Amino acid sequence: MRLLNRSNSKTRLSNSTLLFIIAGIIFLVMYGIALISFPVSFRQFQTFFDFFNLNAALFIVTLGMCIVMIGGGIDISVGAVCGLVTMACAMLLQSGAGNIWAALFLALGIGLAFGLMHGFLIAYLEIQPFIITLAGMFLAQGLLTTIHKEPLNVTNPAFVALRRYTIEIPWLGTTNRLGVFIPCEIKPSVFIVVALVILYAVMMKWSRFGRNLYAVGGNRQSARMLGINVKKTIFLSYVLCGLTAGIAGFVFLMTTGAGNIGNGSLYEIKAIAANVMGGIMLSGGVGSLLGAPIGTLTLLTINELIRAAGVQSNLQAIVSGLLLYLFIVLQSIIMALRDRKGFKLTLPSWLRLQQLRDGKNADTLK
Amino acid sequence: MPKIKKHFDRFSQLVLPLSVLVLLLIINLFKGADYFKITMINGVLYGNIPNILFGASELVILSIGMTLVTAAARGQDISIGELGAISSAIFVQYVLNASEVTIWTILVGFLISCVAGIVLGAFNGILVSFFNVQPMVATLILFLGGRSIAFIIDGKVSPILANPISNQIGTVIPGIPIQTPIILTAVFIAIFAIILKTTNLRLYVEAVGINPNAARLNGINPKKVIFLTFLIMGVCSAVAGFIAVNKAGRHDSVNLLKFIMMDAILAVALGGNSLAGGKFSITGSIIGAYTIEVLNRTLLRLEVNPEAIKAFKAVFIIILMVIASPVVRAYAAKLLDKMKTISGSMRQTKGLNKAVVSMADSSVQKEE
Repeated sequence: MRLLNRSNSKTRLSNSTLLFIIAGIIFLVMYGIALISFPVSFRQFQTFFDFFNLNAALFIVTLGMCIVMIGGGIDISVGAVCGLVTMACAMLLQSGAGNIWAALFLALGIGLAFGLMHGFLIAYLEIQPFIITLAGMFLAQGLLTTIHKEPLNVTNPAFVALRRYTIEIPWLGTTNRLGVFIPCEIKPSVFIVVALVILYAVMMKWSRFGRNLYAVGGNRQSARMLGINVKKTIFLSYVLCGLTAGIAGFVFLMTTGAGNIGNGSLYEIKAIAANVMGGIMLSGGVGSLLGAPIGTLTLLTINELIRAAGVQSNLQAIVSGLLLYLFIVLQSIIMALRDRKGFKLTLPSWLRLQQLRDGKNADTLK
Repeated sequence: MPKIKKHFDRFSQLVLPLSVLVLLLIINLFKGADYFKITMINGVLYGNIPNILFGASELVILSIGMTLVTAAARGQDISIGELGAISSAIFVQYVLNASEVTIWTILVGFLISCVAGIVLGAFNGILVSFFNVQPMVATLILFLGGRSIAFIIDGKVSPILANPISNQIGTVIPGIPIQTPIILTAVFIAIFAIILKTTNLRLYVEAVGINPNAARLNGINPKKVIFLTFLIMGVCSAVAGFIAVNKAGRHDSVNLLKFIMMDAILAVALGGNSLAGGKFSITGSIIGAYTIEVLNRTLLRLEVNPEAIKAFKAVFIIILMVIASPVVRAYAAKLLDKMKTISGSMRQTKGLNKAVVSMADSSVQKEE
C-alpha cells in the first residue's frame, strides 16, 4: 500500500485526471457566476436538484455516450433510441397489456437490441461507427413514427403513481414569502442516475473491461499487442451504450409521462457537448467517467443561466455555442501547454547510445 | 502494368456505389417501364432522371467539400447546413436591399455569400487545425448557434426572393432545355475536377490524411492543408445555400438544408471513402450523393408509408455497409479463392485420393 502511495505521488497527473479537474473547476466557476448573478433562484437547493429531476434521461444518455467515446467510437443513435423507447413503453402501458415491469423490460430489450446490432456491425464487421449509428438513428426514428404518431399520455394508474412519487428531504429546503417551509423534492429517477454513475465509474476504474476500454481507445494496435480482445471490448461498449439509452428512455417517460415524436431529439448532440465539457475526448482513451455528469451539469447550468438572464430566445443558442467554443479552446490550450512541457525528442536507441558516447568523448577530450 | 492495377483499384472502389445505383434504377424500371422517359415541356426536359439531378444538386456540392474535409481532417463537418443557411441569408439580404436586381446584383451577392462561407469555414478551420480540436466537436458550435445567426440576419421573417433572375436560377433559363441547378452543379464539378488535375491539392490532402506527422516531415504543413479544406468546405456550403435558396424562392432559416450533413457524410461513405481520412475519391462521393437521392425517390415511388421511409433507408444503409465491410469482402475473396483452387485441382485430387487411400490401407495393415 505504501508503495502504491509513493508511486502515486511521483507520477504526473494523467490526461484524464487533468481534464476532469478542469471540467470540475469550470462547473464550479459557472455555478459560482450563477450564484452571484441570480442568488435568489440558484441559492435554493431545489434548483440544483431540479437539474437532476428534469434531465435525468440526459444524464443517463451522456453516461452511455461517455463509455463509447472512451473506446474511441461514437453513437449518435442514443437520442432516437431514447425516443423510441418512450413511445413503445407508453403504448405498452396504454394498451393495458403490461405493467411497469413489462415496460421496463421492453425498454431494456429495445436498448439491448440496438446495442447488439451496433456492436456486432462495428466491432466484428469493422464498419465505421458514425455510419452504422446514423443508420440506427434513422431506424429508431422510422420505427417511432411507424408505431405511433400522435403524443400519447400514459394513464396507467401504477405508472402515474410512480411518476408522481417524490421523496422529500425534510431538513433541506426553503421558506417562501409566507413563511411556509417547502422541503426539497427528489424524484426516484435521480437515484437511478446516481446508481448508474457509481456502477459505471467503478466498472471503468476497476473492472477488466473498463481498463481494456481505455487501452483500446488510446491505441487499438498496441492494445491488440497486449493481448486484449479488441473486438469484444468494442462490442461490449456499444451494447452498454444501447442498454443505457434504453434505461434513459424509461427514465424520460418517468419524467414527462408521455410518448412523443420529439422525445430525446438532439440528445446525441447534447450528450457529445456535455462529454466534451466533461473532459472526455472524441479521439478516445482519455477522460474520466465522472466527467460525464459534471459536463452535463455544466451544460445545464449554462442553459439555466442564459434563460435566467432573459436573453432573447434565438440568442440563447449563439451564447451557448460561444461558451462551448471558450471551453474547447481552453481545453486545447491547456493540453497543448502540457504537451510542450513534456516534449522530448525521442531518438532510436542506437542513435542515443552514439550520442552518449560522443558526449563522453567530448568530456574526456576536455 | 502497375498503372493499370492502380486504375483498377480506383475503379474497384466505385463498383459498389455504381452497382447500388444500377440496382435501384432496375427496381424503378420494374415498378414502371417509363422510368427513363424524358418529356419536353415548354422547351425544357422533364422526367425522372432530370428530377434526380435537380434534387441532388446541393447534396452533390456539399459531398465534394465533405470528402476533402474527411480526407484531410479525419473527421466530419456537421455544420454545413448551418453554414449554407447563414451565407444564403446574407445573399438574400443583399439582393433585397439592392434598388434594382440585375445579373450583377445576383453575382455580387453570390460572391459576398461565398466570402461569408469562407469566413465561417475559417472559424471551423482555425479550431480544427490550430487548436487541435476534433472536427465534429469544433463544428458543433456553429451547428448549435448557426441557425439563430441566420434567423437574426433574416430579421425574424422568412424573406421572399421574388425577382425573375433568381427564379430563373432556381428553375430554368428560357431557351436552355436543362434546369439551371443541374448546370450549376455540372460547372462546379468541372471547376473542381480542373483544380484537382492541375494543382497538388489531392496529393497534399491525402498525405496529411494518411499521416500528418509524415507529411510535416516531408515539408507539407498539415495545419495549413486542413485549414484550406475547411475554407473549401465553406465555399461549397455557400454555393449549396445559394442554389437551395433560389430553388425554394424564400429563405427559411429553420428548414433550409436541415440535417443535410447526415446525407453528405453518408454520400462520402457510400462512395467507398474511409471516414478516418486518407485516400479519397470525389467521383465516388458524387455517385454516392446521387444514389441517396435515387434511394429517397425510389422509396417514395414504391409507395412506402411515409412514416416508415427512414426505417427502410436505415435497413438499406446497413445492408450496403455490411456488403462493403472489409471483413465480408475478405471472406468473400477467400471463398472465391477456395472455389478456384477446388475446381482447378479437381482432376489432380482424383488421382491423389487413390494414392492416399492405398497408403492408409498399407499403414493399417502394418499396425495389424
